[in-house]
Amino acid sequence: MADPAALDSGGRRGAAGRRPLVLMALLLCLLGGISLFVGASPLHPGALLSDPQALQLLAVSRIPRTVAVLLTGAAMAVAGVIMQLLVRNKFVEPGTTGTNEAAMLGLLAVTLLTPAMPLFGKMLAASASALAGTVLFILLSRRIPPEQPLLIPLAGLVYGGVLMACASFIAIQTDLLQYLGIWMSGEFSGILAGRYELLWLAGGLALLSYFAADQFTIAGLGRAVSLNLGLRYGQVLGFGIVTVSLVSALVIVTVGMLPFVGLVVPNLVSRIMGDNLRASLPAVAATGAGLLLLCDILGRLLRYPYEIPAGTVFGLFGAAVFLYMLLGRRAHG
Amino acid sequence: MADRRILGLGCVLAAAAALFLFWGLRGPMAYILELRMVKLAGLLSVGAAVGVATVLLQTISRNRILTPAFMGFDALFLLLQTGLVAGLGIAGSSRIPPLAGFVLDAAVMMGAALLLFTSVLRRTRHDIQLMVLTGVVLGLMFRTITAFLQRLMDPSEFSIVQTRMFAQFGSIDREALVMALGLMLLAFWWLWRNHAVLDVAALGRDTARSLGVGHDRLQLKVLCIIAALVSVSTALAGPVAFLGLLVTSLAHSLMRTHRHALLLPAAALISALILVAGQTVFERILRLQSTLAVVIEFCGGLLFIYLLTRGKIR
Repeated sequence: MADPAALDSGGRRGAAGRRPLVLMALLLCLLGGISLFVGASPLHPGALLSDPQALQLLAVSRIPRTVAVLLTGAAMAVAGVIMQLLVRNKFVEPGTTGTNEAAMLGLLAVTLLTPAMPLFGKMLAASASALAGTVLFILLSRRIPPEQPLLIPLAGLVYGGVLMACASFIAIQTDLLQYLGIWMSGEFSGILAGRYELLWLAGGLALLSYFAADQFTIAGLGRAVSLNLGLRYGQVLGFGIVTVSLVSALVIVTVGMLPFVGLVVPNLVSRIMGDNLRASLPAVAATGAGLLLLCDILGRLLRYPYEIPAGTVFGLFGAAVFLYMLLGRRAHG
Repeated sequence: MADRRILGLGCVLAAAAALFLFWGLRGPMAYILELRMVKLAGLLSVGAAVGVATVLLQTISRNRILTPAFMGFDALFLLLQTGLVAGLGIAGSSRIPPLAGFVLDAAVMMGAALLLFTSVLRRTRHDIQLMVLTGVVLGLMFRTITAFLQRLMDPSEFSIVQTRMFAQFGSIDREALVMALGLMLLAFWWLWRNHAVLDVAALGRDTARSLGVGHDRLQLKVLCIIAALVSVSTALAGPVAFLGLLVTSLAHSLMRTHRHALLLPAAALISALILVAGQTVFERILRLQSTLAVVIEFCGGLLFIYLLTRGKIR
């Protein structure tokens, strides 16, 4: 992980190491540009100069939507990589550790108890319960022997299943099961100006975690090593958990669950760039944003003029990639 | 000693079944009794199948926390149900005769399971945990598609799917039940003849091979039986996710043995007992409909977490 050679190459990166990032930024700009002009109502770049309605469409729907996808993808990928370092397991993400389910449970409780609560209040409740759920899972994962890496995701899934059973029970009794389903597949077609701004907070959190990247990398070596190296392990752990929970809750409240983003993207990037978060975090964020935007654009085009949720497209793509990583690794290992 | 415990379990189960049949019997007795008999038979067979399948999976994987529910059976079942309603509409999907629906569900699930077992096991050199994780990922993928299809549905279509999302024992088709029972008896007969071989297989691949048991072939056979049992019971009633986990840990703590001659019947009896007693309590005392499966999932999951924190799971 943090062997001297890897750190060294990270330090030497400089101009040559930036090239992939510049390439990624260009790709992101290209995808963003496509995203602005793809959608149910046709919009031509040429019309922008002459047609005020085209400008309005761009400002109210297309730009917010593109920004929302980029922010979500980046934040979810960063949350995934942080979760993987904190639990010290490559197979976890907020979706397989009960964080999402806990957020949904909180959201359901708020919806039932105080239906008139504004979005911000709902977000707070979802964040609080996501936080509680994540802390419980981290405590739980400590009890699992580290020599069985596949046990942790299984435990996380069962844990999520228990929370989901609570949510289903309440939802069946109150006839909200289909409503619950809306949060289960994340999609961006409902994003308009004024309805996505909470996601900036998620993006801000992801940015903030970049400043703690070195600390997270060390925390990924385990508690004993971290303390030995003079890291305030508890603080870093707490910051990581708060970041992951808040990002998950924000994304669920505004767009819904997006499985596999936090799982697949960090694994893809760490295959190429290793585990030094200071070097790889920008790439993780950019890859997450780019892949999610690609899925969203595909979702808009595949059944034009109808849409397929980006969460569904990414779910299929992510499952395929993950299975390849899982089985391909062993076939020649 | 051990036989006494099995006998005791059998007596308790018989008492629970009698309570289920005769409690609050009023009105047209013969008619109600017949309905309850079908329901009871469904509960017993689903319970036995799930209990036995979970013990078998835990034996061949040498892992006490796995249940077949992890491997995406439930997710595939839900996808099938949702796909049928979404593709054919309410009228079309209700025109499928129950028996044909049962055969279709069971066949698709069994086929998918066999495909998964044979292709993944060969690639992973018989690493069962990896196979289970593969099943989990496939399950997540199925769930994503299901969520997408459910989004497109109008509420009346969704309400049809909702009735199938959790195990239901009220509407079991009789012909399907007979078919399922036949298949299960066949599986149980094979297990009864081979229970000693299973004891050896539980010692692990190397030990079993040195004792002259063809471990890999046995593993594939047992996995086929698991696939058959789980497919049939899920197609019959619907998903009961963590029931198996609950059952096997109870069976292990009651029997304190690794002999399958005792473990398998105990698991089958306990599993059936939980379902029958649970259904009685839910129907007659709490008067809740269709949520027994959710409560079982909740309790099974809690037990799993408890076992995990106690370090009982290896």
